[in-house]
Amino acid sequence: MSASVKIQQAPRTVAPSRPFSVWANKHRKWLFAAPAMIFVGLLIVFPLVWTVYLSLTDSRGSVRAPADFIGIGNYLTVLSDFDRFWPAVGRTVYFTFTALAVEMVLGMIIALLLWRPFRGEKWVRVAILLPLVATPVAVGMMWRLIFDPNMGFANQMLSWVGIPPQPWLSGQATALPTTIFMDIWQWTPMVVLILLAGLTSLPEETDEAARVDGANAWQRFFLVTLPLLKATVIVAILLRSIDALKTFDILYATKGKGGGSFHEVETLNVYAYGLSFDYNEYGLSSAVLIIFFLIIIGFMWILTRRRKGQD
Amino acid sequence: MKRRSVLQLLAVAVVAPFGVAACSGNDAKASGTVRVTLANHVWTDGIKAAIPEFEKESGLKVELTQLGEDQLSDQYNVKLNAGTDEIDVMMYRPLQEGKSFARNGYLADLTDHVTSDADWDWKDFQSGPVSATTFEKKVVGVPIITEREVLYYRKDLLEAAGIAVPKTMEELEAAAKKISEDNEGVAGFVARTNKSAAVTQFSSFLYSFGGDFMDESGKATVDTPEAKAAYAFYGGLLNKYGPANVSTDMSWPEAMAIFTQGNAAFYTEADSLYQNAMDTAKSKVADSVGFAALPAGPAGSKPYNVPSWGLGINEASKNQDNAWKFIEWATSKTRTLEAQKAGVPGPRASVWANPEGTSTYPKDLAEAITYSAEHGIGHDRPLVIAVGKAREIVGEPIVTAITGGDSAAAATKANEEFAKFLESDK
Repeated sequence: MSASVKIQQAPRTVAPSRPFSVWANKHRKWLFAAPAMIFVGLLIVFPLVWTVYLSLTDSRGSVRAPADFIGIGNYLTVLSDFDRFWPAVGRTVYFTFTALAVEMVLGMIIALLLWRPFRGEKWVRVAILLPLVATPVAVGMMWRLIFDPNMGFANQMLSWVGIPPQPWLSGQATALPTTIFMDIWQWTPMVVLILLAGLTSLPEETDEAARVDGANAWQRFFLVTLPLLKATVIVAILLRSIDALKTFDILYATKGKGGGSFHEVETLNVYAYGLSFDYNEYGLSSAVLIIFFLIIIGFMWILTRRRKGQD
Repeated sequence: MKRRSVLQLLAVAVVAPFGVAACSGNDAKASGTVRVTLANHVWTDGIKAAIPEFEKESGLKVELTQLGEDQLSDQYNVKLNAGTDEIDVMMYRPLQEGKSFARNGYLADLTDHVTSDADWDWKDFQSGPVSATTFEKKVVGVPIITEREVLYYRKDLLEAAGIAVPKTMEELEAAAKKISEDNEGVAGFVARTNKSAAVTQFSSFLYSFGGDFMDESGKATVDTPEAKAAYAFYGGLLNKYGPANVSTDMSWPEAMAIFTQGNAAFYTEADSLYQNAMDTAKSKVADSVGFAALPAGPAGSKPYNVPSWGLGINEASKNQDNAWKFIEWATSKTRTLEAQKAGVPGPRASVWANPEGTSTYPKDLAEAITYSAEHGIGHDRPLVIAVGKAREIVGEPIVTAITGGDSAAAATKANEEFAKFLESDK
């Protein structure tokens, strides 16, 4: 009892002499959130506002050079550019959807295979996760060597089975599919991880009940497992699609500025990067990035609405 | 770092899709520490090893940042745009970024510095390189590395085919044809193929065919008959006698790799990269590499002769006097001679005149360099402000020709675009 009295008295005697601690106590929820809010403000809100501002000016050469306010001029220029901008949009969409579709299907198959315990399971899991730990630039460099048209390992392997060498990254038509393959190689493990987490949290009873009722494996998967897993699947799609939309490193590491000599792999990100860092067209580049930002927001909005519908 | 520059830095960083870890938080004010940013290059390797000497002599400390060419360029774009004072000495490409940097006020005026010390001798620098580091009559950089395009070739293959070293473009084509037909898996000719990267090497072909990117009045001229012939020739060589599955992504490392792996007979490239071909650790053909001046086209042999790199001082640096001390030391006669002996062709006339300056070079390379230095053209890309964009435009017909397309039509189209670009590049 005496101990509890002491505890009650302590704040009363200390508080008046330290006004800051009183203030801090009152506002602690803001105080604790402040670092994160400052971080968000500095690194997200401010640059975003600045980019919007730049996109409305004819800033080029140097950001510090005087620039004129030109309203939506940059947006009109960008949206009427059928040489670089729209093909880049097309490639971004193509890259994202193809990579996403394959990663989801492949990820689901692998997750289902890993779901039930088996011998050597640990080793298989480690092997599957390996691509995830490599940095995308290193991954790009590695595949670039493998896919080298003359000295690469990929064509050497094809020659062993009598298939003529393929242009892979150097072909105008094959470059984008090859980079999609790299993305799939690197990011399918992440989908596996997410789906596996979802699978292991599923109740076993429903599956057993379906089994007792005589459902075969396909029926159990499509009618029981998949509907239960839907929320997890949507999370995986959300995370992967945003990442895939933003892909930059492997494209830049394999094909360089402009996405190759014919802009074969030039997605919106690569295009915007080239506009700022190669052409120093900051106004135009900002307009592209804002449009890109809106595309991503729109995409996220659609997906999260669907997810809410599921919940 | 000042608050203002932090904000500006952030503002610039956002235009890059991936963030820029540029803010190192170093707070060295005008001090005994000189912050030097250099590119990965043989020249840098030599300087790096000698820096302790400088530190001992001057009592200053050197803080070195070393980056790949593209990363260096991106760093400058971000940091200089933000007005950083974190860089004192910067290694930059006078022909690529010089005009734009000088125009933006990123480069300090060095005119007084270069003329202050007679022993250091500014007049000793070759005039071509000096003009490239001079902007509106002010000296804004000191050249450190010069380059000319030369012909690299395989002595053994030429000998086996009974062919003399080609002196003209026609001979080069005939030799490339014969060797590629006689040796399966060996290309007759290899060179850069990436649209942008190839422009500098293509330029010597363009001049040798009698063309240029612009005329004296600044009008686009990439659609002249001479230019069209040059596009067709350079691209045609690669299309017909280039490596199998020739890609349009090759810059010098890829093209050099094909040559040094023994997969090509001829290769046109900058002389400053010759050590890659001669190094027995990197090159399978080190023993059989020969060098010659660029074969003559209809207008003669006209390779470029340019300063590929220079040292400048960041205008925003608070440590400009110490930065100059570093540049003065790094570009001194002694250091230039050392660098040149290590394989970096320098910009000082006295070093070239000194037999020691060419003592480490293969004899045929030294002769090719001497010839090219006399007959060379002072630029290897369009001399404009937004060089990156210009290179993409004038490089288009090169890749069209490499892939077997109609390069003449591409040149006509490129010229229209280039003319439009030149209008806006002011």
